[in-house]
Amino acid sequence: MAEEHGREGEHMTGTSIIAVAFDGGVVLGADSRTTTGSLIANRVTNKIQPVADNIFCCRSGSSADTETIADYVTYILKIHCSETGDAPTVHTASTLFRQLCYQNKQLLANIICAGWDEIDGGSVYTVPLGGTLVKAPYAIGGSGSTYIFGYCDAHYKPGMTREETLDFVTKALTFMMARDGSSGGLIRTVVVDKDGVHRSMIPGDKLFRVWVG
Amino acid sequence: MSSIGTGYDLSCTTYSPDGRVFQVEYATKAVDNSGTAVGIKVKDGVVMGVEKLVMSKMLEPGSSRRIFTVDEHIGVAVAGLSADGRHLVKRCRSDAVDYRDFYQDSIPVHVLTDRISSYVQAYTLYSELRPFGCSLLIAGWDVKGPRLFMVEPSGISWGYFGCAIGKGRQACKTEIEKLNLKEMTCREAITEIAKIIEMVHDDSKDKTYELELSWVCEESQHKHTLVPAELREQAIKSAKAALEDEAMTE
Repeated sequence: MAEEHGREGEHMTGTSIIAVAFDGGVVLGADSRTTTGSLIANRVTNKIQPVADNIFCCRSGSSADTETIADYVTYILKIHCSETGDAPTVHTASTLFRQLCYQNKQLLANIICAGWDEIDGGSVYTVPLGGTLVKAPYAIGGSGSTYIFGYCDAHYKPGMTREETLDFVTKALTFMMARDGSSGGLIRTVVVDKDGVHRSMIPGDKLFRVWVG
Repeated sequence: MSSIGTGYDLSCTTYSPDGRVFQVEYATKAVDNSGTAVGIKVKDGVVMGVEKLVMSKMLEPGSSRRIFTVDEHIGVAVAGLSADGRHLVKRCRSDAVDYRDFYQDSIPVHVLTDRISSYVQAYTLYSELRPFGCSLLIAGWDVKGPRLFMVEPSGISWGYFGCAIGKGRQACKTEIEKLNLKEMTCREAITEIAKIIEMVHDDSKDKTYELELSWVCEESQHKHTLVPAELREQAIKSAKAALEDEAMTE
């Protein structure tokens, strides 16, 4: 499929992304590996991109497609907010992601949009390949996510604190990166709450050791 | 107040030496000749009332509406050329539903007002189009609470606590200014509006009128609807009684 439409040799974010809402905000997390075939084109990628001061998205799929979509959403959101005079909401940003993904089905994009706004507090929306929009307490995406559905089912619980949520995100990403060849590098996290944004990074060699036998 | 702009008033594309566009001002005259429309924004919502002059006894009551619902949460009252008003209402409805389709959210009242004002203003730019001969009162409920706006033929719009358009507007404005809008509820507002319209209606000049009343408030679950029939009848009765009392004490 990568060979269609001149996508041969395209940068792909075979990826591990996750976003979890807690009472008062959200935590977004991602790995940092971008691959072109078997070459790791970028081992320190930032896959968590802001579309507004209080709203971020985790990108997975084609790098070019997701970067462009996120840029369009940033642009449309800015104009929309200057017309309404109100701060952007996660709902509106996610709806814009969905419109772009649904109306342009040739795009390869699996995007998680999360942030904090005054109306809904912390919220997480996911826009998978076809362009549906799903609001959920947490979302995982990318090639690495397939390995941790069971882990998330077992370990996610509603009502976690900010610290517990950060810990859950970090552990989930570690497990994703341990089994998925297209994910790796370091872990980037972004915490968004009413007081602002806090970005963090954990280098690959500082992650807890997964049992390797 | 009125002046004739002889020579400078033939088209929208001509300014007068004192910087006026007379065609737009003449459009406003069409509004000033129509039956009064009043809107007031109170503690728990917005109420609008229209003095709908009955042109003939043959007319079915409730026909020839002047208040329209343009989206669940927004209503529009028209004064002026009613056909122009109908066109603008159609445009409002289309804007509201397109916004909802794209943003998956109801259109904020001030955004709809801005868009319709821009549309109205566009018709003041060309000599081949005439400006709209109607003003709109736009009442709605969005995240900011109850909102009331007025758009005039020039495309200017303002947000209001209380507003009146049409032939009785000066008298209405005087009455509205006497009211304590911040403390009033919608149920009280209905009676006040019925009273104000009854007061400004000129029996000698005009025939009978039908009172069209609508609201968007807590009680209507933030939806714009015509005021329920029993409440309307009650308001009209109370209004007439209150006016008789006042007449007797004078």
